[in-house]
Amino acid sequence: MPPVPADLASRMTEILADHRGMEGSLLPILHAVQGAWGYVPQEVVPIIALDLNISRAEVHGVISFYHDFREEPAGRHVVKLCRAEACQAMGADRVASHARQALGIDWHETTADGAVTLEPVFCLGLCACAPAAMVDGRVVGRVDEARLDALLATVQA
Amino acid sequence: MKIYLPRDAAARALDADAIAAAILSEATRRGVAVDLVRNGSRGMVWLEPLAEVVTASGRIAFGPMTLADVPGLFGDLAQHPKALGLTDDLPWMKAQTRLTFARVGVIDPLSLDDYRAHGGLTGLRKAMSMTPAAVVEEVIASGLRGRGGAGFPTGIKWKTVAGAAADRKYIVCNADEGDSGTFADRMLMEGDPFTLIEGMIIAGLAVSATKGFVYLRSEYPDAIEVMTQAVHIARAAGILGPSVLGSGITFDMEIRTGAGAYVCGEETSLLNSLEGKRGVVRAKPPLPALQGFLGKPTVVNNVISLATIPAIFEMGAAFYKGFGLGRSLGTIPLQIAGNVARGGLFECAFGLTLHQIIDDIAGGTATGRPVKAVQVGGPLGAYFPRSKFDLPFGYEEYASADGLIGHAGVVVFDDSVDMLKQARFAMEFCAIESCGKCTPCRIGAVRGAETIDRIARGDVAAIPLLTDLCQTMKAGSLCALGGFTPYPVMSALTHFPDDFAPMREAAE
Repeated sequence: MPPVPADLASRMTEILADHRGMEGSLLPILHAVQGAWGYVPQEVVPIIALDLNISRAEVHGVISFYHDFREEPAGRHVVKLCRAEACQAMGADRVASHARQALGIDWHETTADGAVTLEPVFCLGLCACAPAAMVDGRVVGRVDEARLDALLATVQA
Repeated sequence: MKIYLPRDAAARALDADAIAAAILSEATRRGVAVDLVRNGSRGMVWLEPLAEVVTASGRIAFGPMTLADVPGLFGDLAQHPKALGLTDDLPWMKAQTRLTFARVGVIDPLSLDDYRAHGGLTGLRKAMSMTPAAVVEEVIASGLRGRGGAGFPTGIKWKTVAGAAADRKYIVCNADEGDSGTFADRMLMEGDPFTLIEGMIIAGLAVSATKGFVYLRSEYPDAIEVMTQAVHIARAAGILGPSVLGSGITFDMEIRTGAGAYVCGEETSLLNSLEGKRGVVRAKPPLPALQGFLGKPTVVNNVISLATIPAIFEMGAAFYKGFGLGRSLGTIPLQIAGNVARGGLFECAFGLTLHQIIDDIAGGTATGRPVKAVQVGGPLGAYFPRSKFDLPFGYEEYASADGLIGHAGVVVFDDSVDMLKQARFAMEFCAIESCGKCTPCRIGAVRGAETIDRIARGDVAAIPLLTDLCQTMKAGSLCALGGFTPYPVMSALTHFPDDFAPMREAAE
């Protein structure tokens, strides 16, 4: 379990105030939480539940349903590789194997030094310049093995 | 000197930002004043980053740009190694009928002046001069059908919502474009966001809804940024807010970010997600048109459907309806992707054949190898072999060939593709993304992947089992995820039986 962020209570007060009155505010709140700490700390669940007058189980159910919400922090860098069909047609499977081998980790894992988390993504809308990747939120097209090595060099440094 | 260079995600993925910085620093070095506009993409992704220099004779295109090509933009343009000629005269551009995408790549996406100068808000003003009922009738008359894939007539959906009595109604734009091979929504939102806003306002006044949401997937950070800014700009200009263009009509909207669930592209799952719940599919009826967001009557339309509305009002339903074939009227933005020499967005009337799309427009494969299969309509669309390449692009035409046009993504594979592997991926994807509500999808997809593994090991008896399972999923699933996963699976099995031949590894 990661340590409880010191500013959790004060930041949560702000986040909840920012979203008060919004229709269907739970996803925007969770995005804000993840934006603040890089993951959704367990400790926010009862705070959100109380504020929205829903059960903790409902909040947990939403967090666990969506791929985006992390229950623990990711590595310092997040590399997402598209695994969908258009990228497959341009060798994405081969590039993904190369990435897993080069990093020594599988999907959803983080390197031992905490530098890189590797995640699959299903379509970045870059299907005409496949294979596609996203590195720390920045999109990259035509990712072959050489381009991937160059990307990994920048995040492993 | 005025230069255009796209800020579209595909251009940025191909280093457009570095080219933009180089253009500005080269201009400074030479003491030349440059007005650099970060426009949307023209859709010729194989030429990105595509720079355009404004000249007396028009905009001249240069691409694909590398850093070494930047200084040449300040010299003799005719001698530039990447000069392609006038953008509007390029074959890819000339062969299109750009109605929905008329402004994409042409204007500065966040300049309202540029938007107005290119016909923006004309459709809205026209619609505001009509009664809400006449607005709905105009959309019905245009023949526009849902561009998200289901193909339901947009005007009929609006009529249902307009006729429902409620204290609040909503317009929800489905911008959860999760299908592989599709990027039209993304390009439209990044290249001409005000068009979508205008379309949503027209929908609002047609059905008496005062609030709109764009549910935009988190995988599109660039589109989220542009749409968010566009909403702020439109609100500041009085286009959104308590009195749209001073008319007294209220309409405002919010951009909401998805959280990585493919199934949220399904409208009822999207509505649950928007309400802050798990993105689980709802049973229909009740239709979202009657009980949608927070139980209120809701129009749920795809980005392209809504973004086409202003053009329909600007040019008239009869004009729009003049394109297309059969019951597939108007234009369709084809997204040509995967293993193609020339990939990108190509808007044209319905009716082109796959042969025209792949061999003529896209120029065959990028690898230069023969085309083996084409998947049309995303991960839930059928794989077609070359023998089906004369099929005209239309809703009914594809349905009768056991396929679907979906969001009009066309993904090309060369002869190195293993169709059994593609079929297995379809099941695996369905298993990963299933919301879990109905059994045929939740369990069926897992069993499907296992059954395909048995076939791969040479178990002939598993083939009828797979066929039977696909029947169950198709007939018994609540939504298109479980219901349409059989399309890629069965089309792979039917059209490419050799890849499913028993003991193929042993025989080799």
